[in-house]
Amino acid sequence: MFRIFQYSLKDLIRSRWIFYYGVFYLLFTTGLFILSNDLSKSIISLMNITLVLVPLIATIFGSMYFYQSREFVELLLAQPLPRQRIFGGLFLGVSLSLGICYLLGVGIPFVFYGIAGSGEIWNFLTLLFNGVILSLIFSGLAIWIGLANENKLKGFGIAIVVWLFFAVIYDGIQLLLLVAFSEYPIEKFSIGASILNPISLSRIQILLKLDISALMGFTGAVFKKFFGTNTGIIISTLSLIFWTIIPFMGIIFTSRKKDF
Amino acid sequence: MSFLFFFPGLVDCYSRNIEVKPGDNNKSIEKKIQLATNHDTLTFFPGEYELETIIIPKPLIVMGIDFPIIKSKTGNEIITVISDSVQIVGLQLEDVETSFMVDRAAIRIKDSNHFLVSNNRLINTFFGIYLEHAGDGLIENNIVAGDATEESTSGNAIHAWYCKNLRIIDNQVTNHRDGIYFEFVDNSLIKGNISADNLRYGLHFMFSNEDEYIENEFRNNGAGVAVMFSKKINMYRNNFLFNWGNSSYGLLLKEIYDAEIANNTFRENTIGIYIEGSTRINYFDNDFQNNGWALKFSGGCLDNHIRGNNFLTNTFDLSVHVLIEGNTFDGNYWSDYSGYDLDKDGKGDVPHRPVKLFNYLINETPETVVLLRSFFVELLNFAERISPVFTPDNVLDSQPLMKKISRSEIVLK
Amino acid sequence: MIEIQGLQKSFGKNQVLNGLDLKFSEPGLTAILGPNASGKTTLLKSILGMVIPEKGDIYVKGKRIRDHYDYREDIAFLPQIARFPENLNASELLKMVQVLRKGDSDAEPLIKKFKLEPSLSKKLKYLSGGTKQKVSITSAMMFDCPILILDEPTAGLDPVSLMEFKALIDEEKKKGKIILLTTHILTLVHQLADRIIFILEGKVFFNGTPEELLKKYNTDDFEAAIASLTQQEVLTHV
Repeated sequence: MFRIFQYSLKDLIRSRWIFYYGVFYLLFTTGLFILSNDLSKSIISLMNITLVLVPLIATIFGSMYFYQSREFVELLLAQPLPRQRIFGGLFLGVSLSLGICYLLGVGIPFVFYGIAGSGEIWNFLTLLFNGVILSLIFSGLAIWIGLANENKLKGFGIAIVVWLFFAVIYDGIQLLLLVAFSEYPIEKFSIGASILNPISLSRIQILLKLDISALMGFTGAVFKKFFGTNTGIIISTLSLIFWTIIPFMGIIFTSRKKDF
Repeated sequence: MSFLFFFPGLVDCYSRNIEVKPGDNNKSIEKKIQLATNHDTLTFFPGEYELETIIIPKPLIVMGIDFPIIKSKTGNEIITVISDSVQIVGLQLEDVETSFMVDRAAIRIKDSNHFLVSNNRLINTFFGIYLEHAGDGLIENNIVAGDATEESTSGNAIHAWYCKNLRIIDNQVTNHRDGIYFEFVDNSLIKGNISADNLRYGLHFMFSNEDEYIENEFRNNGAGVAVMFSKKINMYRNNFLFNWGNSSYGLLLKEIYDAEIANNTFRENTIGIYIEGSTRINYFDNDFQNNGWALKFSGGCLDNHIRGNNFLTNTFDLSVHVLIEGNTFDGNYWSDYSGYDLDKDGKGDVPHRPVKLFNYLINETPETVVLLRSFFVELLNFAERISPVFTPDNVLDSQPLMKKISRSEIVLK
Repeated sequence: MIEIQGLQKSFGKNQVLNGLDLKFSEPGLTAILGPNASGKTTLLKSILGMVIPEKGDIYVKGKRIRDHYDYREDIAFLPQIARFPENLNASELLKMVQVLRKGDSDAEPLIKKFKLEPSLSKKLKYLSGGTKQKVSITSAMMFDCPILILDEPTAGLDPVSLMEFKALIDEEKKKGKIILLTTHILTLVHQLADRIIFILEGKVFFNGTPEELLKKYNTDDFEAAIASLTQQEVLTHV
């Protein structure tokens, strides 16, 4: 798996798109600093961008790369290699190169700006962790969808719809349900529903850093435990890691049954 | 010696020094006090004392050398002052017991004026310094540390009731119910104190008028400062920090009139300022940073003017239930203002609406807080901002500043 | 060495392989022929484990291949169209295949034979179709595998390279390898094939030596015989 990962990483790093993606973050982050000249404000803007854009780009890129690398895959399939190693390596190659791009693109301007000595270091690290893990999850989902759909257009469309679902629609439905059932005890539901969506999980991690003052204002016992202790950060981190396993397992499982 | 007439402060030279040493008991000390003439100095030598209440009935200076430790023998009060012009300096007072019946204090000053309480350490004394019907006094540089765990069984560090012309300066008051408590206290100054880790309020005003508190720091209290049923209170250059919790705020204003709140910093409080039924209040040049709600108005407020403040990355800048006309929000810097400034006058060309729709939703259904900062919610906020339906459309800053107002940091101890 | 039993595979409603039984045990080259979409490529891909059959089994060297991969060490595969990861150059590709496979390999003679030296450092996406095919042949044949599977290997080759390729196959045959070949070029079949399998509708329609084929249609002309096979198919379907 490591060899395949190495090759696909090498292949990706040389492709222009991944380069442009990294440069985009570099410019965007630098631009934010120039415009706002304020670390904490820049981090908040980046968080908003990260939650929407990282999953979207990871979805598009994962999908594109998967369909583009069919040749590579066919070449590999004829070699004495098990499929899980091929697709595992491919997944790692795509997701980690996206993750690395994000890390460098966002990280370098912050390091130059002097994040290390500032009080925002934990907010910044939370941001990086979530940017990387969302890259992993959504590129993984896109590859999984690609494997399950021979038709390029269909696969690409489904991947985008999945992104749209997690990024926007899911929250809308959750909000509607919460408002509709506000008479009932829905604290557990509101947290449980967030755990089922990786973008919500990332958002909650960010909330726990940025909005803890507000979150402490809520009285419910479940909220108090979730927001007021380390429970929230532990549960959301574990769930996010678990979320990276889901597309990985999906890829392994679907690839085992697929014809090429 | 004739110059002494021109320096009444040195009049002590005339006074005798009465020594109190470890081993003295209440009886012997009472005798020494009886024999003392006015303005004598009662000097406590270093060591430990276990005493019952000492009553100071005449103008004396009670002074400790190297912080003699005086413990309450029966858990009762330690020093009760019932005369004008008493000074208490350099003592360490300990172990006044909690009582549900009487408010016991380490130092009580009753019906007396012109007192000085300075450089004392009060440790676990239920109430620390208790002033009743006292005036024209100075309380400075004391450390009053409690070990309060429950509101109902704890006292206030500095408690003043029916007083006037007090100056409370540079004290540290921690782990009590209220750090400083004022009830019917007028024309007084509270300055440079640190009030931290108190269960209820760092500073509490009730029915007190024309007071001023400046350059204090209120940290980690149940709530920072509560100003209730009071008039003409000035609040300048204070820090309100880390007051977290349900119904916890940096500053609570309830039924107050004609106050001025300027150059304060409110950082990481659940609510920066909670305002209820308050009229003619000016909020100038304050910084609100990373609070849950910077300002929360809860009805009945008139003529509140919010100008020249920085609102920096608060979760919500403003929450408004019902706001009567006559309150203004002009000329502030709002970090989430997204408008532009084409005429380059430093003020945004589009008004800023600081009330978000989501704040309204969260009030209705608190569980929706998990959707904070979600893309969907931001969309809703955006739509609401363009055409307000749920949020009051008269709450807006028509001259939002494009740049954060820079201030020289106020450095407190 | 390769045994196929009752192989069935369909894509959607389209039954591509329909109970195929075959055995390749003798060394030599078998040409697998058949009209378009008759299942030739699917058969080859099934042997390679790229297509997973619904029914039937394949044994390579006596071992069932399902859920296994190491048997592919014995197989060199040349795909129909040479397509590669675009951003690698030719020498990187060859190196990669060498790293991914365990066995010994020697690319040098093939590189020389196809005069690939000037192309080695170029990115694969900038190479012409024929050069790509040469790289593909090199990557497959640089290992000394006892089984060769060649799916339309000559597409895009110029006449000189074609000659060299033929010579190469001849050499491999002499080493006693089992070679499976699909192609549309009948002269190639005529010159190289020791055995011909004609697949129709997912079934084996003819399986025998070229001589047997000539005899069956009672002709001396090889191409005519193949044409007759194809015709037969047309006739049976009209």
